Amino acid sequence: MAKYALRAVALGYLMFLLVIPTGLIFWKTFSAGIGPFFEALTSPSALHAFQVTLIVAVWAVVLNTIFGVGTALLLVRRQFPGKRVLNLLVDLPVAVSPVVVGLALILVYGAFSPAGAALAKVGIQIIFSLPGMVLATVFVSLPLVVRAIAPVLEELGTDQEQAALTLGANPIQTFVRITLPGIRWALGYGIVLCLARSLGEYGAVAVVSGRIVDQTQTLTLFVEERFTNFEEGQAYAASVALALIAVVSLLLTKLLRPKEDR
Amino acid sequence: MTTTVVPAGAAAPAGPGQPEKVPVSAGRRQHRAGTAIGLGTAIIYLSLIVLIPLAAVVWKGAGRGPGFFWDAITTPEAKSTLLLTVGASMLVAVLNLVLGTLIAWVLVRDSFPGKTIVDTLIDLPFALPTIVAGLVLLTLYGPKSPLGINLAYQRSGVVVALLFVTLPFVVRTVQPVLLELDRDMEQAAASLGAGPWLTFRRIILPNLLPAMISGTALAFARAIAEYGSTVLISGNIPFKTQVASVQIVSQIESDNMAGAAAVATVLLVVALVVLLTLDLIQRWGARRG
Amino acid sequence: MAIEVRDVNKNFGKTPVLKDITVDVPSGSLTALLGPSGGGKSTLLRVIAGLENPDTGTVVISGVDATRLSPQRRNVGFVFQHYAAFKHLSVFRNVAFGLEVRKQPKDKIRARVMELLELVHLQDFAERYPGQLSGGQRQRMALARALAVEPQVLLLDEPFGALDAQVRKELRSWLRRLHDEVHVTTVFVTHDQEEAIEVADRIVLLADGKVVQTGSPHEIYDHPANEFVMSFLGPVTRIDGHLVRPHDIEVSLDPSPGATEAIVSRVVRLGFEVRVELTIGEQEAFAQLTRAHADQLGLAPGTAVHVRPAAGAKALPVPA
Repeated sequence: MAKYALRAVALGYLMFLLVIPTGLIFWKTFSAGIGPFFEALTSPSALHAFQVTLIVAVWAVVLNTIFGVGTALLLVRRQFPGKRVLNLLVDLPVAVSPVVVGLALILVYGAFSPAGAALAKVGIQIIFSLPGMVLATVFVSLPLVVRAIAPVLEELGTDQEQAALTLGANPIQTFVRITLPGIRWALGYGIVLCLARSLGEYGAVAVVSGRIVDQTQTLTLFVEERFTNFEEGQAYAASVALALIAVVSLLLTKLLRPKEDR
Repeated sequence: MTTTVVPAGAAAPAGPGQPEKVPVSAGRRQHRAGTAIGLGTAIIYLSLIVLIPLAAVVWKGAGRGPGFFWDAITTPEAKSTLLLTVGASMLVAVLNLVLGTLIAWVLVRDSFPGKTIVDTLIDLPFALPTIVAGLVLLTLYGPKSPLGINLAYQRSGVVVALLFVTLPFVVRTVQPVLLELDRDMEQAAASLGAGPWLTFRRIILPNLLPAMISGTALAFARAIAEYGSTVLISGNIPFKTQVASVQIVSQIESDNMAGAAAVATVLLVVALVVLLTLDLIQRWGARRG
Repeated sequence: MAIEVRDVNKNFGKTPVLKDITVDVPSGSLTALLGPSGGGKSTLLRVIAGLENPDTGTVVISGVDATRLSPQRRNVGFVFQHYAAFKHLSVFRNVAFGLEVRKQPKDKIRARVMELLELVHLQDFAERYPGQLSGGQRQRMALARALAVEPQVLLLDEPFGALDAQVRKELRSWLRRLHDEVHVTTVFVTHDQEEAIEVADRIVLLADGKVVQTGSPHEIYDHPANEFVMSFLGPVTRIDGHLVRPHDIEVSLDPSPGATEAIVSRVVRLGFEVRVELTIGEQEAFAQLTRAHADQLGLAPGTAVHVRPAAGAKALPVPA
C-alpha cells in the first residue's frame, strides 16, 4: 500500500510541476496547426534572434571546450601548488546568479569602467554587444566541459599514454591518438551540455545585451519580449522551439553519458 | 643484509663524495613548461571572465566600507527582497529534500511502466531555458489557467517557479547513492527484527544523509540565484514578489550600480558558503566511506 | 653492455626507493629483476625506460647516455603489467602504433605487423579489439606492439602478474622460446622466484631499494649471498645454527658424525613428498623427504632421529 502511495505522490508532483505545464504550451502552440508555428519562427526578428543565439552559443562552446580540455588535463594529470583552489574556482560559476554575472561583466567591461573605456577607444564594444554576451555565456557554462571530462580522464589512467610515449609518440601525437579517443564520449557529453546551456541562457545575457531588438536579442530574450508585448503566439512558438532543443539535447546526453565499458 | 654483491662488470666510477645530481632532462623540462603555460592560460581565462568581474562586484558593493554596504542591503526594498529570496529558497530547499528523496526512492525501488521516461524527464528543468520554464508555469498557473489556479504575482508563484528549476538536484544526488546501497544491510536489519520504518530511519537514512544534504544545499544555492523563471510569474512587485535577482536587474536598469552590487555581494557570499559547505560534506561523506 | 645503470638514487617525496643502484645488463641476455614487493624493481625498470627520472646517477643504453632522453627517444619496448592496450584501436592498429607515429610507409607497416602477429600467434585476431581478447592474448599483443619498433631493449613490468596460474605457466616458457628466436635484450620484473629461475639467464635481486645479489639463476641458488637471498629463493629451515633447505637435510635413525638429535612431531604427506616436522631441543625445524624414504624409515610422531645437512648442500651459518 505504502508503495502505491509513494508512487502516486511522486508521479502526481511531477505531473503538475513538469508534464502538464510543458505539455500545455505544446498544445497551445500547435492547437491551430503547424502553420502559425512556422510563420512565427520565420519572422525577420525571430530569424535574427536564432542567428544571434547560435553565434553566441558556438563561441561559448568552442572557448569552453578548449579551456575545459586543457583544465581537465591540468587538474588530473599535472601536479602544481594551488590545485585545490583551481578546482574550487572552476565550480564557482555554477553557484553564481546569472544576474550577478551580468552585473560583474558590466562593472569591468562597461563603458564607464577603465577597461571598457580603453577598449571603446580602439573601437571594441563589449557590453550591449556580442562580445559581452559571449563572455556572459562562457561564464555560466564554464564548468560543464571540465566536469564531464575530468572523471573519465582520471579513470583512463596514464598507462596507455606512457605506452604511446615508449613507442615513440610525441606528446601531441599521444594526446591526439590516445587521450582524445579515450575521452571522446565524455567530451561529446560535455559539449552537448555546454551547448544546451548556452542556447538557453537568459539572465546573464539579458543584463549584458541591453535587449536591443533585432540586434542583441537572443531567442530567450525574444520569448520574454514578445510575451510582455502581448504577442503570445510568437512567444509560445519560440518557447516550443527552445523546448525541442532542450529535449533533443536531453536525449543526446542520455546517449553519451559516460557508462561502464565504453 | 649487509653483503652487497656488485656485478663483476660494474667498474663504476665510484668516486668519493656525493654523486652528481642529474640535471633536469629535456622531457621533464618540457613537461614543467607545459604545466606552467597551461596553468597560466587557465588562470588568465578564469581571471578575465570570472575572477576580476566578481571582484569588481564585491568592490563596488562593499568597497566603500561596511557602513555603506549595510545601508545598501537594509533599504526597505532590499531588505524585503532578500528576506523573500532567502525565505522562499529555504522553503523550496526543504520541499526538495522531502519530495526529491521520495522521487529518487520511487525511481530506484519501484517499477512501473514508463519509468525510464519519467527518469529522463527529471533532467528537463536543467535543459529547459529558465524563461521558457517561467512561461510554461504561467500558462498553467497564470491568469488564464485552465485549472483556475492563478498564482501569478503571488509569492506562491515564485515558490512554484523555484521548485521547477531546482527539482533535479536532490533526485540526482540521492539516486546514485540509493542505487549502490547494499540491500544486505536492510535484510540484516529485518532479520534482526526491525520493521520497515525502523529500517529506513536507522539504516537507510543515515547512508543517504550526505547526498540529501548536498542536493538540498545545491537546490538552495540555485533558488537564491534564480532569475529567469521568476521574471514572468512574479510580476516583479516590490515588497511582495520581487526576488533578489530581479531587484538587481531593476537597480542596474535604473543605473544604481552600487545598490545592485551590494545585493549581488550578499548572493555571492551565500554561493561561496554553500560551495565550501558542499566541499566539507563531500569530505565528510568520503570519510564515512 | 646493453644497459648500464650507475649509482641511481630515487626518492618519492621523502621515501628513498632506489639507493645507489648499479646494474649491468649484457646484450642479448634475458634478465630478471627479482625481489619482494616494494623493493624498487618496477621503479628501476621505469627509470630505464625514462618513465621516471632518477634523482642522481646515469642510465646508458647501447653506449648512449640516455639519462636525459625522454621515453619517446629511448627506443625501448615497454610492456605494462596491465597491458595498457589502446582500447579504441584494433589489435592490428595497436601493434602498428609505433610504426605509424614514425611515419613508415603503409605496406611496410602491414608486413611488419602481420609478421609480429604471427610471432605471437595472434594473426587471426588482427581486426579484433582488445576488449574481445583474453588476458593472455592481450599480453601477447602488448609484447608484439613493443617489439614492432625494433627496440634496443625490451622491458616487461610483471608481465604475467595479472594472469591466472595456468596461462602464466604457458606464457613463461613461451617468453623463453620467443627470446631465443628474437634475441632482443630483455629485462623483466617479477616477485616470483620460480618464474625468475625458470625464465631468466641472469637475475638481479633487489630488496629495500638496493641490489642484493646479481648472477645466473644457479649461481644465486647455489651461492646465496646472505640469509635473505636464501630464504627468498625457497623454503628454508634451521638446524644446528645453520640455514638449510629442507630437502637438503639427511634424516637417519642412527647417530652419524655431525648429526643432531631430533624428535619427529608430525608427518605430513603431500602426495609425492613428505614433510617431516621436527623438534630439536626447544626449536622447530622441518625436512622434506621422498615418500619412499620416509616409509623406509618408518617415521611417526615421537620417533627419535638424527639430522644433518647433506654433503655439499648449502648451509649458511646464522647467529642463534
